[in-house]
Amino acid sequence: MSMPFYVAPEQVMKDRADYARKGIARGRSLITATYADGVLICAENPSRTLRKISEIYDRIAFAGVGKYNEFDQLRIAGVRAADLKGYSYSREDVDARSLANQYAQILGQIFTHEMKPMEVEILVAEVGTEPSEDQLFHILYDGTVVDEQRFTVLGGDADAIAGRLESTFTDGSDLKTVLGACVVAIAGPDRTIPASDLEVAVLTRGEERRVFHRIDDDEVAELLRGAT
Amino acid sequence: MTFPFFAPGDDPGPDFADLLRRVGLAPVPPTSAIEGVTHGTTVLAIRHADGVIMAGDRRATSGHLISYRTMEKVFPADRHSGVAIAGAAGPAMDMVKMFQLQLEHYEKVEGNQLSLEGKANQLSGMVRNHLPFALQGMAVVPLFAGYDLRRKVGRLFQYDITGGRYEERDFASTGSGSLHAGAVMKMGFRDGMTREQAMDLAISGLFQAADEDSATGGPDLVRGIFPTVATITAAGFDRVEESEIAERFRMLVDSLALSESTSVGANPTMGERHTS
Repeated sequence: MSMPFYVAPEQVMKDRADYARKGIARGRSLITATYADGVLICAENPSRTLRKISEIYDRIAFAGVGKYNEFDQLRIAGVRAADLKGYSYSREDVDARSLANQYAQILGQIFTHEMKPMEVEILVAEVGTEPSEDQLFHILYDGTVVDEQRFTVLGGDADAIAGRLESTFTDGSDLKTVLGACVVAIAGPDRTIPASDLEVAVLTRGEERRVFHRIDDDEVAELLRGAT
Repeated sequence: MTFPFFAPGDDPGPDFADLLRRVGLAPVPPTSAIEGVTHGTTVLAIRHADGVIMAGDRRATSGHLISYRTMEKVFPADRHSGVAIAGAAGPAMDMVKMFQLQLEHYEKVEGNQLSLEGKANQLSGMVRNHLPFALQGMAVVPLFAGYDLRRKVGRLFQYDITGGRYEERDFASTGSGSLHAGAVMKMGFRDGMTREQAMDLAISGLFQAADEDSATGGPDLVRGIFPTVATITAAGFDRVEESEIAERFRMLVDSLALSESTSVGANPTMGERHTS
């Protein structure tokens, strides 16, 4: 049996992280932001069928960037975990925090023990009954969980986009204002993104049971009309 | 509870019942018959111009005793369909919960809804899987109705305890009072009825079923408990307000009381023959 060459654990982790980051940077970015009546998720996504944003449970949404098959596998696992928990206990007991922790566990496990880390960044968002109860959990490829306030950006170009949004974002704005700011931040100074290349969904603060709603291209175009 | 993360070859897909089996939460069938199970009784569905109406009485019985006066037997299955149940109350409620969850789970996992036909077939499978329970005295026989968004019509489905699925064109009923309710609907049904006319026919069917069948509850004027009525149209599943149902029952009871008082003791035509 041949002896493998010694590689320092620091180097292994660094190589894996670089690999994952490179994969994530290839895709387009996504913003989640709170607004007066809920949580908005807005992604640049030219595909009409391969979704980045989806419903997990009554008040919880999921979004992912990076490798589609990998975050979609995570999405389905989240739907299953939420539905199983709601079935065994009660619908009220399903929460974003516990789901985010489960995602963190599985991503951390894969990052350290598998050959290849998952090339994804995911988001678990929950809308509360009050704006102060909204929760945004941003989970990285290595299982790091960040509990974000106000807004968060996923994807390769995240820092630049977050910088642009920081200067225009105001708390408690309406949907039109926040969507306009998000789209401008994603596009950057040199281009505009048509409504057909956007995927937009909201979690609305309301009395209904399932509050996840997709906003179709026509509505997005209408909301973006006149916005800066 | 472990995170349900499956390898591609081992994935249960959008099937929630299979997922429950994988994680060990599936119910275990009883090994011997159980006596005195609480039963729910009469439910019905009628097609009308804008969709369908579903209705059910509120009584649950164990043997000859009334065990519950306010049981709900008509439920939304999802936005555009409803399910009504007759049979053993406990398993029936569980079947409804599972059915609702299954439709929602499918929609979330797959990213789009099942067709109405697909939903009806899904329920058929659930009734079939319930057969071991049915053989131990816990039969559940549901009705399924919905607004078919693709065909733009209301459709209704009836089942038997083996999971046999029968699509009905105009109306359907199940439960111990279904024979009487069915007769009323058969006599009163007309094509293209309005929502209001269909509601009156449903109410009349339930009233006559309660009049003839001891296990079916009529309107309870003392406690203010009335049968459940729900409409399903292009706008979705909507429970009719209790005040509206109460008003329609009152009208029905008044008109029946009037016709009873004019014909006491004899058939009116016989009376005419006497005087001539």
